[in-house]
Amino acid sequence: MTAAPIETGLKGSSERDRLARARLLRGLLPALSLVLVLLAIAWLNPRAISYFGFSLMLNLAIPIALATIAQMFVIAGNELDLSIGTFVGFVGCVTATWLKDAPLVGVLILLGSIGVYALLGALIYLRNLPSIVVTLGMSFVWQGLAILILPKPGGKAPDWLLSLMAFKPPLIPFPIIAALLIAAVVHFGLMRTSYGVILRGSGGNAAALERAGWSLLKTKVVLFALAGLFGVLSGMALIGITTSADANIGNGYTLLAIAGVILGGGEFVGGRVSPIGAVIGALTLALAASPLLTFMHIPPDWQVAANGAILIIVLAARMLISRRER
Amino acid sequence: MKKILVLSALAAMLASGNALADTSDKKIAFSNNYAGNSWRQAMLNSYAIVTKKAVADGVVAAADIFTTADKEVPTQAAQVQNLILQGYDAIVINAASPDALNGAIKQACDAGIVVVSFDGIVTEPCAYRVVVDFKDMGRQEVEQMAKFHPEGGNLLEIRGLAGTSIDDAIHAGILEGVAAHPKFKIVGSVTGDWDQTTAQKAVATILPSLPEIVGVVDQGGDGYGAAQAFAAAGKPRPTIIMGNRQDELQWWKEQKDKDGYHTWSASIAPGVSSLAFWVAQQVLDGRTDVPHDLLVPYLAFTQDTFEAALPKIPKGGVASHEYTQEDAIAAIKANIK
Repeated sequence: MTAAPIETGLKGSSERDRLARARLLRGLLPALSLVLVLLAIAWLNPRAISYFGFSLMLNLAIPIALATIAQMFVIAGNELDLSIGTFVGFVGCVTATWLKDAPLVGVLILLGSIGVYALLGALIYLRNLPSIVVTLGMSFVWQGLAILILPKPGGKAPDWLLSLMAFKPPLIPFPIIAALLIAAVVHFGLMRTSYGVILRGSGGNAAALERAGWSLLKTKVVLFALAGLFGVLSGMALIGITTSADANIGNGYTLLAIAGVILGGGEFVGGRVSPIGAVIGALTLALAASPLLTFMHIPPDWQVAANGAILIIVLAARMLISRRER
Repeated sequence: MKKILVLSALAAMLASGNALADTSDKKIAFSNNYAGNSWRQAMLNSYAIVTKKAVADGVVAAADIFTTADKEVPTQAAQVQNLILQGYDAIVINAASPDALNGAIKQACDAGIVVVSFDGIVTEPCAYRVVVDFKDMGRQEVEQMAKFHPEGGNLLEIRGLAGTSIDDAIHAGILEGVAAHPKFKIVGSVTGDWDQTTAQKAVATILPSLPEIVGVVDQGGDGYGAAQAFAAAGKPRPTIIMGNRQDELQWWKEQKDKDGYHTWSASIAPGVSSLAFWVAQQVLDGRTDVPHDLLVPYLAFTQDTFEAALPKIPKGGVASHEYTQEDAIAAIKANIK
């Protein structure tokens, strides 16, 4: 903790300015890429820039943003969760069946699944297992359970969830309010509270934290439980929009969530994550991958490749700028 | 300002309220969730052939194709929402899920867009469904098997993509067929994902643990892979139901030329996409009597008919049929009861 000020004190002021500028740029980059994508959409299809347009384009970004936040908690502890997508699918299946027909059982199952996430965190810490292997295994477990609950697509979202996700507030579309809310709550919890600092510290310098008397087991469990909690929220939000579930519904979220965290200014190691960035990253990905692509009128043979190209361009821009920091 | 608004609203009402309107200014979009196998490629191809001509003839103004990058429901739901924003008049859709897209489909209907689903249909009542009777196809597989093997025996079932409605319907049909012919028994079931390589691996894995198999009931796209797995294991070749793929029919022909091998082949014709297009065009044309559920037959080949179809199928492709506007009108008529 004391090393940092001494180090900056030794460096010249121009060096400090350069670093500060780079850091500012890095903080602004997610927002910048979002603005760029929005400008492109506005240019291609002005009709999309309206209350109706934003409600339509962004409502499916909300579950992606929640899944991205879940992944961000795991990445904050230097781990990676490859099961978040199928977990969202599992939650979706529970939401469309148990939560509607027997709310109490549904709530218990969902709380239980958060508990499973917490246990996974404990297992990964205690046995010193690579999280990629454990969560890859769990992804098949969640997928299997989802198919058990819903062997064929169906079910229906609970009515309260449907009306919540279809909520039309005056002036500002619901997805934008939801995104702001998610970003604000998580930013406060992780970046402004003292235990949030400890959580991020477990990814930044675990040894120092342990020597200072903090339980690394506890931080790992808390990070994974939070990931489970936001995974549950993501699955519920998704079903609230789609109205009905499918065992394969969340499979694409695993990689989207990782890309969202990185695009939002996070790093795979070191506990460097940004909740606001992650939410913006998720929105950018959702907009770049779908509306932008649809509005561009690319020949069908190239659409899939173009989708990948857009993702690579957006992520490459982020990498270029973060390199300037060094 | 107010006057202009009222006038334009009036104009919009007049334009949309016209019965038997001309469709030459209408734009139809095709939302597709997957393009990665021979069947889907043939589907896109048939659609492109038919719609290109329709646009050139001035029947519709545009017929654009949109394929999502992955098979996921949320991606396609977002795509449908974008198509709404693009101002299309109709959306033809091969959906990733029968239920989970209903939210987006409802939004499209509410925006006054005609939605016609096929193959992967949607259950939202406001949409139209061009349905192939998959359950009957599954049942028919066992019926045919009973003709080839009146004495009955053990069957191996190859399932499609787990959790999809098509897999569920064909499987239900097969179970129904087996119930009607109790001398058959399904002794093993594997997941082939409608894909030759996946099916070959899955069948090869389960084969050593199985008793003698007289027949393989499957869902198409998996028959050739199954045949390879049996050959590699040195097991006797059972009667494998085929699914209209070129490699499957080619293999069937080789076996037939060798020793008169008998089987049967059926699948949904990928060209049903073009039928869905014409149904959308008919609805846009102002027809109000189109039933929301249109049952169309699947495409089947027998021992006598498959060889004539084989040369017309591109290598790695699947047997198809491009539908015309007259076909669509006939199909609508056949479904009005």
